[in-house]
Amino acid sequence: MSARDDVFANIRRSLGVTGKEATRRGIVAARLQEPSRGPIPARGQGSPAAKMATFITEAQRVSATVVVLEHAAAVPAEVARYLRESNLPLQVRIGADVRLTQLDWHGAGMTTLDGASAGADLSAVSHAFAGVAETGSLIVLSGPDNPVTLNFLPDNHIIVLSAADLFGDLESVWAKLRRDLGKGVMPRTVNIITGPSRSADIEQTLLLGAHGPRRLHILITLD
Amino acid sequence: MSLHPTTPEFKQNAHVALHDAELQKALGHVQGGFIYKRQSAVDRLPEFEVLRDSARDLKDHVLAHLDLYLEMYEARVRASGGHIHFARNANEANKIIVDICKAHDAKTVTKGKSMVSEEIGLNDAIEAAGMKAVETDLGEYIIQLRHETPSHIIAPAVHLTKEQVEREFRREHTHLPKDRDLSQPVQLLTEARGVLREKFLAADVGITGANFLIAETGTSIIVTNEGNGDLTQSLPKVHVVIASIEKIVPTLEDASLLMRVLARSATGQDMSVYTTLSTGPRRAEDPDGPAHYHVVLVDNGRSSMLGGEFEDMLRCIRCGACMNHCPVYHAVGGHAYGWVYPGPMGAVLTPSLIGVDKGGHLPNASTFCGRCESVCPVKIPLPKLMRHWREREFERHLTPAVQRFGLGVWAYFARRPALYRPLTSLAMKALSLLAGEKGRFAKLPLASGWTQYRDLPAPSGQTFQSQWRARQKERSR
Repeated sequence: MSARDDVFANIRRSLGVTGKEATRRGIVAARLQEPSRGPIPARGQGSPAAKMATFITEAQRVSATVVVLEHAAAVPAEVARYLRESNLPLQVRIGADVRLTQLDWHGAGMTTLDGASAGADLSAVSHAFAGVAETGSLIVLSGPDNPVTLNFLPDNHIIVLSAADLFGDLESVWAKLRRDLGKGVMPRTVNIITGPSRSADIEQTLLLGAHGPRRLHILITLD
Repeated sequence: MSLHPTTPEFKQNAHVALHDAELQKALGHVQGGFIYKRQSAVDRLPEFEVLRDSARDLKDHVLAHLDLYLEMYEARVRASGGHIHFARNANEANKIIVDICKAHDAKTVTKGKSMVSEEIGLNDAIEAAGMKAVETDLGEYIIQLRHETPSHIIAPAVHLTKEQVEREFRREHTHLPKDRDLSQPVQLLTEARGVLREKFLAADVGITGANFLIAETGTSIIVTNEGNGDLTQSLPKVHVVIASIEKIVPTLEDASLLMRVLARSATGQDMSVYTTLSTGPRRAEDPDGPAHYHVVLVDNGRSSMLGGEFEDMLRCIRCGACMNHCPVYHAVGGHAYGWVYPGPMGAVLTPSLIGVDKGGHLPNASTFCGRCESVCPVKIPLPKLMRHWREREFERHLTPAVQRFGLGVWAYFARRPALYRPLTSLAMKALSLLAGEKGRFAKLPLASGWTQYRDLPAPSGQTFQSQWRARQKERSR
């Protein structure tokens, strides 16, 4: 018997089942068809304004910085300000996301690089697929629009989030993912990012900037 | 190393640990930090107790339908362009992974933190095949330099002080200036970041574990704070996921439920920094990500635990809360347990996986205070399961002869109340008289195992049963 068949046979022997029982199959099919939500914490719920306030509080709690912008057009100027303030070169790497490529980076005195990062970039800008108020988390999907290496290799990660994509909980994000991409369809990577990278592996002392970005700056656009 | 447990020598290990000054200093960080941080996170979430109940029910549902969810998961991994392999045991799993690495002519393999890879001794197998395995989680990297196993399932180097880490870095990173300052943890972290960045970029294969596997989508999930698991899986051309079969959950919603209790129970965070869902290899249009995606599902004794008295243990999501709250773990640390899983969860799981003949000491290393069960996010009845192991150990005549003899004598009298009552009553009175005013014994024949370390409090002179009778009489008046 192959290892696979052996493992399945052993599971079924222990459970006392054959795997052909219609009731069991029915229960599993129903659960996969209609996902069941567990208890949803009240913390992330409320009006859009309440969600926004919770998101900002939670993101700051995990050491991200947050700025709210009236218009997406103001993103390059804010990025330039942030980099200048940190004494960093006015250069960022971005993917092919039109919400980023259509912006006037040159007008703000910036240069952009496109495509995946090979590790030499100091700063990158991604556009979030969604945000979660409950924990101050951002969801970024891999692909040409927002290459996954931009989330981890640069020292400074800037993520833009449209206020319309801010949800109370992760469950609402999965509903949007199924709507936008189709049921059961996933990009290669879905990154849920909650603050900049950190480690407490040495004497339980929490330090920012382990292997991923040392800093995370979030820009929420209202239009 | 992982394949050769020192668990049978638990007593000796514990003795050494109790006299290791550096270890005792490092263990001080466990008690304060983890317990306080978890409690703060729990206090901030009124729904936490309800979430624990739901998490327990979810895992029970999965275990009852494990074969069917695994079938669905397998189909979804294939549909997304990934490869899936099953391994009955450690040797099979190691061989599958080594063969994948060889097929891609790998020289360097980076690894995210994975307890099941420790369980099967994967690093040794990779090195034996002539390739270099590099652990990339900071704690795992440190213990790999020291040729140690993790002493904690989420904080592998918790048994070390920063001075010990500095010594290892100076010994290993000889290309760096000798007079550099490494006195602060942040300097150690920065140095590791620089050294490991080179390894990430050079690796041919990246291996990660999985906190959860999703049947609905064929997705594997890892949760990290450092981002090492992401660089491990995004930069090399091959991503290999190693996971044990019970990691499966039905849907994205179910994984979200478990995430809500995992990080809070582990580090007291609401969410870990990076929760990463990986499905298949990079798509045709993707500019980055691995070109090949393999999942190796490991059984290694788990399927036999289903349907039996230890099935509850398969609910474990490896948060480490039980060991963070365990007085025995606080005293001896993780290495004394002699294998990869320490603390209460290790005391139950280790005998299941390596046999009660080798792991039987561990369920005895408990004060049965119950804190582990009270903080477990999936409500595993750990003290009850440890008691089951003690019973098995006794049934299989693995308990030492003196202890069996003592229990035999006690059982003889306990079954004969007419003898038991007057005899215990007499013994209590005698002991009370012998102890005198002090009310305690510094030395007592046959009890040196106790009195060597502390005084034995003397009985007050009355047995429980006689006190109970007197109280009942008092009440009926």
